[in-house]
Amino acid sequence: MDRIPILKMGDFLLVTIQVDLYDQLAETLESDLAQMVKKYSSKGVLIDISAVSIIDSFMGRILGNISNMSKIMDAETVVVGMQPAVAITLVELGLPLKGIHCALNVERGMELLRSKVILDTPEDDEDDSNPE
Amino acid sequence: MKNEAVKIIKAKKKFILEQWFQNQVENDGLREDLITNEDQRIQSEELLNSFAASLSESNFDNAQSRDFEKVEEILSGIAIARARRGFSPRETGAYVFSLKSAILKTLSEEISDAKVLYTESMRINSLLDNFSIVTFETFIKGREDVILRQTDEITEISTPVIKVWDGILALPIIGTLDSSRTQIVMENLLQEIVETGSSIAILDISGVPAIDTLVAQHLIKTVSATRLMGAECIISGIRPEIAQTVVHLGIDLSEIITKASLASALKTAFGMLELEVRKKAVPKTI
Repeated sequence: MDRIPILKMGDFLLVTIQVDLYDQLAETLESDLAQMVKKYSSKGVLIDISAVSIIDSFMGRILGNISNMSKIMDAETVVVGMQPAVAITLVELGLPLKGIHCALNVERGMELLRSKVILDTPEDDEDDSNPE
Repeated sequence: MKNEAVKIIKAKKKFILEQWFQNQVENDGLREDLITNEDQRIQSEELLNSFAASLSESNFDNAQSRDFEKVEEILSGIAIARARRGFSPRETGAYVFSLKSAILKTLSEEISDAKVLYTESMRINSLLDNFSIVTFETFIKGREDVILRQTDEITEISTPVIKVWDGILALPIIGTLDSSRTQIVMENLLQEIVETGSSIAILDISGVPAIDTLVAQHLIKTVSATRLMGAECIISGIRPEIAQTVVHLGIDLSEIITKASLASALKTAFGMLELEVRKKAVPKTI
């Protein structure tokens, strides 16, 4: 069965969605991410949706779920690279994705994630020397 | 019974034209500020010639006949030109109706038998009424085209996205925000955010005359959409009356950064980007 790969980058998890998500795939991603956050005790999750051209209400909810789920496991979620059309659709659907941090591209997303994690736990910022 | 009217119209074309023109003058149908007398005469002559040429025994009772396509084309051209030049509907209507009265007058002079005159008049009446309908339809269509074009132009010029600084976009909104405009504003803004990689957008609403719940909702939507793009949105230019209205309507804008003026919004934006504007230090001369 198809899976969306989840990459570990130091303290963060990187998910790049390259295909249009169908419901089963999204649900798998949600549970996989929960497992990975637990496994690596990650501090942040970065989801790149720049290649996604369709997001429906279900997907919006999945993104919300991922964010909430990560938050209670002490990880921040940043969604990056949303296309203008997708943003408009989500807003029109009445899903402004409150509680999810967004950034324009992966670079900015990483910056945002770092600033949040460092702000939260200023003592372990030299901790990200894990090779992977 | 031979068809008298067709013959008379064809023969008395010149006389009808004179009559028609005279009628137009009497009806104030001539607007010398909009069209010159000479042009109007040429136009009328062309129309009448084409009408007389396409008129025949067979199509006299049938206004839908294909023979009249040319006439209708000329009429449509005149009607659209008039709509663009700003003629009133009454003037345009009078133009065609005055042709009718000119023809009827000619017929009454030429036909002596009252019964024949009556039938011929009725027939010419229905024919020309159809022409007036065509004229009116195209006149209104011409006016609608003008309105549509202007609407397009207004939407196009009224939503500029300005890059005021590296990473800061400003979007002055002038006029009322309705759904279609919000859509355009949103699309332009988000597109520009992607292109310039900006992280702050300032939405200036000092040109919005009034805010109701719907407009506020549109604003909130725009702000939410920019947030989804990873940019922060500041709403500026909130006039006292608007602030009052917003509070009275119970609209919650607390999650949005709002500023009274564009200047203070820009200052906040500088603060967020950790920029600083300072007066240039003048080297002391002495």
